[in-house]
Amino acid sequence: MEKNFRITDEDGIHARPATALVNTANKFKGSEAFAEANGKKVTLKSILGVLSLGLEKGDDLKLIVEGDQAEEAIHALAEVMINEGLGEVHA
Amino acid sequence: MLEIKGIAASAGVAIASAFRLEHPDYTVHQENVADSDSELKRLDDALAKSQQELEAIKQRTEEQLGAKKAEIFESHLLILNDPELLDAVRDKITSEKVTAQYALDEVAKQFISMFENMKSAYLRERAADMRDVTKRVLTHLLGLNYINPADISEEVIVIAEDLTPSDTAQLNRQYVKGFTTNIGGRTSHSAIMARSLEIPAVVGTQEVMAQIQIGDTVIVDGLDGKVIVNPSAEVLEQYQLKRDQYLRQIEEWKKLKEVPTQSKDGVHVELGANIGTPNDVTGVLENGGEAVGLYRTEFLYMGRSELPSEDVQFNAYKTVLERMEGKPVVVRTLDIGGDKELPYLDLPKEMNPFLGFRAVRLCLERQDIFRTQLRALLRASVYGNLRIMFPMIATLDEFRQAKALLLDEKQKLTSEGVQVSDSIQLGIMVEIPSTAVLADQFAKEVDFFSIGTNDLIQYTMAADRMNERVSYLYQPYNPAILRLVKMVIDAAHQEGRWVGMCGEMAGDATAIPLLLGLGLDEFSMSATSILPARSQISRLSKAEMEQLAAKAMGMQTAQQVVELVRSIDE
Repeated sequence: MEKNFRITDEDGIHARPATALVNTANKFKGSEAFAEANGKKVTLKSILGVLSLGLEKGDDLKLIVEGDQAEEAIHALAEVMINEGLGEVHA
Repeated sequence: MLEIKGIAASAGVAIASAFRLEHPDYTVHQENVADSDSELKRLDDALAKSQQELEAIKQRTEEQLGAKKAEIFESHLLILNDPELLDAVRDKITSEKVTAQYALDEVAKQFISMFENMKSAYLRERAADMRDVTKRVLTHLLGLNYINPADISEEVIVIAEDLTPSDTAQLNRQYVKGFTTNIGGRTSHSAIMARSLEIPAVVGTQEVMAQIQIGDTVIVDGLDGKVIVNPSAEVLEQYQLKRDQYLRQIEEWKKLKEVPTQSKDGVHVELGANIGTPNDVTGVLENGGEAVGLYRTEFLYMGRSELPSEDVQFNAYKTVLERMEGKPVVVRTLDIGGDKELPYLDLPKEMNPFLGFRAVRLCLERQDIFRTQLRALLRASVYGNLRIMFPMIATLDEFRQAKALLLDEKQKLTSEGVQVSDSIQLGIMVEIPSTAVLADQFAKEVDFFSIGTNDLIQYTMAADRMNERVSYLYQPYNPAILRLVKMVIDAAHQEGRWVGMCGEMAGDATAIPLLLGLGLDEFSMSATSILPARSQISRLSKAEMEQLAAKAMGMQTAQQVVELVRSIDE
């Protein structure tokens, strides 16, 4: 499962929303989650990984989930992206 | 006994024994080990201890300062458990047969340098979080005898070179009675935090670290900016009295929180607060502010890499207006340029920044920037009682141009079907002598004046207030300044307009009797000065202060004026 986003937050991805993303990814023990941006792919279970993407406003971000509960997980992650005002779903 | 002078950064008096906050040496050397398993075990132990500490700090911060301030430690916990970090460290320990501290230090350095090289200033600062977490684990791995400020469990005065944000956030108000530092000023991060924690603090002493040892008895006098080390019994008693008096006074002040500000003879004036961010509204309300007399919008523009969008601004203004629940909010439009730089605007350096291309001058030329701000303000206007104020107005023409742009944007929004308030008051800051002198003409066109004393004084006296050699000319009580203020107030009242003051002078206990006598309608100051000012005004008679002010304006020097004010008993 994957979903594309465009970062809309003025300050890119902050530590706080990144924390929320990682905590959410960690809830789904049976699945692997990844974030891909600017040609780099990192595990979503690492805050250092997520911050290392150096996301800024206007960047495209792809979230990928594999394994158990993938659909539920991607749904939860998309909710964090939108509720935290980080980004919007992008085709 | 020793007395050290410093800057009074947070009011109150604290007496306790000294706790020196010194960060130990975290230098790690490469060392090979035969037994990787025991290193892995040491790593796990250190991580577990760090985890316990962080959870305790997070919980305490949440209780003391709210969930928002505790978020930083939630991120620290995630870093501590980060698989990318820990896998790399464990891998290094086993494959290179090195100590746990060396492996951790090496891997952490890579992450730190990655953050430091990032384009976004925000992400560059995350290097500090990585350093914080690494140091915490290294403290355990190196067996350092370092007591974290968060672990202090008896009453102390913290003595430090400077306090980092992370240090300050970890101070437990229950045990840390006060602090004093070698460096820093009234507006440094640690000073601001001290005021919000209500811990007495003296900063910028230059010598506390050299003069104070662990266990010394220390008095921090945050009222007069003094630190006293190992006081005599007599002095100690004197300060215990001063502390108790101040605590009683705070209780007295608190009673005035919900009371409108009124002089002894029944004249009401409005006490407002100066704020820089929407978060500051909490302090305004807690201290019984009747208005926001100055919302400095610069912070929206600073610390980012490009101009803030209309929506970002709209949300900030809306938040402030809503949280003030209909109480007036004076928003100052962008006051930047000259000495206050915005790197992304790429403005040329100037010979005389205070006399240069700044504030409304810049806004009238960079209309793209100005119009965005005006639109955001207009859209927010329906959420509260908005007053807009233009800074650095020197001529009527500048005011008219700024007003025309505002009306133009209002027209556009209305035709787009966006609701805009019809009762926005429009005013100017009076900080240039030409405007003060021509106040009678301005008063026909504006709704209010707010006197910006910091600049008005330096322009009137022709003395840069940052230049130490001429700083003696920064004289708020000089009769020339009082006469100028009087001119502005009289001119405004003639036309039925109100006058506020949003400079340092408005919250100054020596200036308040004079300003009340001169007829000032609104005083805007730092939030913590409101209740003391309200208490002072309630003990003053406006009629008597009019006489006092008249006398002061006839005097020759600032010193005479100060002596005059001190001679009155409230």
